Amino acid sequence: MEMQQFYYDNKIVKKFIYATLLWGIVGFSVGLLLAFMFLFPNITDGISWLSFGRLRPLHTNAVIFAFVGNAIFAGVYYSLQRLLKTRMASNFLSNFNFWGWQLIIVAAAITLPLGYTSSKEYAELEWPIDIAIALVWVAFGANMIWTILRRRQRHLYVAVWFYLATFVTVAVLHIFNSLALPVGALKSYSVYAGVQDALVQWWYGHNAVAFFLTTPFLGLMYYFVPKAANRPVYSYKLSIVHFWSLIFIYIWAGPHHLLYTSLPGWAQSLGVAFSVMLIAPSWGGMINGLLTLRGAWDKVRTDPVLKFMVVAITGYGMATFEGPMLSLKNVNAIAHFSDWIIAHVHVGALAWNGFLTFGMLYWLIPRMFKTKLYSTKLANFHFWIGTLGIVMYALPMYVAGFVQASMWKQFSPDGTLTYGNFLETVNEIIPMYWMRAIGGSLFILGAIVMLYNVVKTVKSGTGVTDELAEAPALQRVSKYRQKGEGYHTWLERKPVKLTIYATVAILIGGAIQIIPTLLVKSNIPTITSVKPYTPLELEGRDLYIREGCVGCHSQMVRPFRSEVERYGEYAKAGEFVYDHPFLWGSKRTGPDLLRVGGKYSDNWHLNHMYDPQSTSSGSIMPAYQWLIRNELDKSSTEAKMRAMVALGVPYTDEDIANAQNSMDKQGQKIQENLYSDPDFATSYEADKKYAAENGKTFVEMKNREIVALIAYLQRLGTDIKLKDVQEQLTQN
Amino acid sequence: MESITGIEIYPLISLLIFFTFFVILFWWVFTAKKEYIQKVSNLPLEDNIKL
Repeated sequence: MEMQQFYYDNKIVKKFIYATLLWGIVGFSVGLLLAFMFLFPNITDGISWLSFGRLRPLHTNAVIFAFVGNAIFAGVYYSLQRLLKTRMASNFLSNFNFWGWQLIIVAAAITLPLGYTSSKEYAELEWPIDIAIALVWVAFGANMIWTILRRRQRHLYVAVWFYLATFVTVAVLHIFNSLALPVGALKSYSVYAGVQDALVQWWYGHNAVAFFLTTPFLGLMYYFVPKAANRPVYSYKLSIVHFWSLIFIYIWAGPHHLLYTSLPGWAQSLGVAFSVMLIAPSWGGMINGLLTLRGAWDKVRTDPVLKFMVVAITGYGMATFEGPMLSLKNVNAIAHFSDWIIAHVHVGALAWNGFLTFGMLYWLIPRMFKTKLYSTKLANFHFWIGTLGIVMYALPMYVAGFVQASMWKQFSPDGTLTYGNFLETVNEIIPMYWMRAIGGSLFILGAIVMLYNVVKTVKSGTGVTDELAEAPALQRVSKYRQKGEGYHTWLERKPVKLTIYATVAILIGGAIQIIPTLLVKSNIPTITSVKPYTPLELEGRDLYIREGCVGCHSQMVRPFRSEVERYGEYAKAGEFVYDHPFLWGSKRTGPDLLRVGGKYSDNWHLNHMYDPQSTSSGSIMPAYQWLIRNELDKSSTEAKMRAMVALGVPYTDEDIANAQNSMDKQGQKIQENLYSDPDFATSYEADKKYAAENGKTFVEMKNREIVALIAYLQRLGTDIKLKDVQEQLTQN
Repeated sequence: MESITGIEIYPLISLLIFFTFFVILFWWVFTAKKEYIQKVSNLPLEDNIKL
């Protein structure tokens, strides 16, 4: 048989490894800063681009797309070449993938702190960056498929299937969820509104977890765990069942993020049913990973690589048991919006993604640099301090979640809420936030020790070179099934068909949930009293989006007695029809704001934004003083309204022509209201006088950002009155 | 669109798709040849590096 020689591209792997290390430390550090903001809310006082709401998406994006993303590419580029016995098809595409991805990360690191965000979780980046992501992702996929077509190994190992499914599904999710109408270079509105936007977003959000944090890592698990344990996977048959059932079922589970919300009940039930089913393939995969170590458990005691992998797979098992439990409506009623979810995602991120990456790096780096790991002791230290960090992080957050849920729902015998003030709960869980910050610190300390260990290892090694390899050329065989060849065996050598079938498997679930919700009117009953936002409220809403208020405040009152008592009438699907994007949120660090309109005076809001602790003692909300100083940019209001018209919001031409006038009037009214506070009147007049005396320009209060935000907040939830709803109900 | 006509058939179709999908999947897995499974599961352990 003719042997062919070729070189594995190791240099691209090295680049992605370095990027993983760098962005890992950055992503974790931003997370730690955020953890400390719960304890010292004004730690970055007055610096808008370091405020909690803007940094939170930076943390999630950095960890998911920068740290985990680069780890995926490093692992895929290493294993794919070896599994297919060929070099990556295109050096250009490999490097385009690398540099393009880093550029996107840098763009995210600049735009998110500056407040350019779509506000949709894990899809916050604005439209030009979204387009860049699509391009780079397609380059990655094209390079992968091209490499597969040039392979010297006929059968595609299961890891490669996971990589292929990752590529197609992430592409589909990213494109459909990011569909938006641009109104400027870095501003756009989601084409979907309210309930529909929520469904598409969580179809995306849940499957970003599935197909970015899970399937590629399962592929890596199926390659690197056998490598590290030096034995084949426990059951290859199980891996086939694992693959098809996982991708087939996962895609349906998104609506479990929206239980008890205004999403139609049938979609919620589908989400629950499929989430419960998910436990089977997930645990099949976990067991397959762990049992690969059969007969090698003695090695686990000494080899840090295997230690990391065992905890990673265990973390996967824990998170995928917890996920289906959280999807049960009765459990979800307790856990949703609480810190329990934060514990859940961090078991997944720190243990599964973090530790599998660390294990992979400790295995990969000595081999790439043709040397031994500088210190096994330090790697073991990293393992133990990292594990302790995860426990210290997760446990207090579970406790915090239970405390929140119990206190939020506690009634006194007289029928009133026992803890009517939201801050009572917040103050109760501050010790948990302390422990969480300490746990996070330990995890980062471990990562820094790893960085030191890696630097030392790299220095002691030789430069990374492309390895020479040898394999026989692939014999041509008929494209048809051969005699005695099983169907799946045949499918496994047909990469394009395999990819198409995998795509079909993931499209079924999404289509069945999303298409009826978009098309069938009865899913979102209209409410005649719901009107579009005024121009000033629209601008205020954009400020709410810019500052990332949605990171801590939900706008979704669930139909529970405790929530209706605390926040007001529960949310109706028809209330959100003009909300591009929806702002339901997923976490209540602060109270729900759906019905905050009219609850407080305009002055209260101004004082609260200036110094939250002055109006709400013990609050951990940071101050937003720049909103009170900044002039509101009204230059694109008309363009924004026209974009809304294009998306179906019924603004008339007259409304748009009259926008500036309308904003001036509504601002003037709020300014007058603010004068009712003598303290405000005195200091505001003094500022005005000072500016006049010193020849400085003075922006009138009605033209400042805070006024728009107040207008929006005062509007929230006021379209329907409880009285109207009751009348409508009795009429029916 | 006010409603989708014949929506009642959807759950039935879904059930069928599911049932068939998993039956075929398990049928394949249980009938797969042992040598083939052995060979494929050893793929990660081959590196073909020429020293």
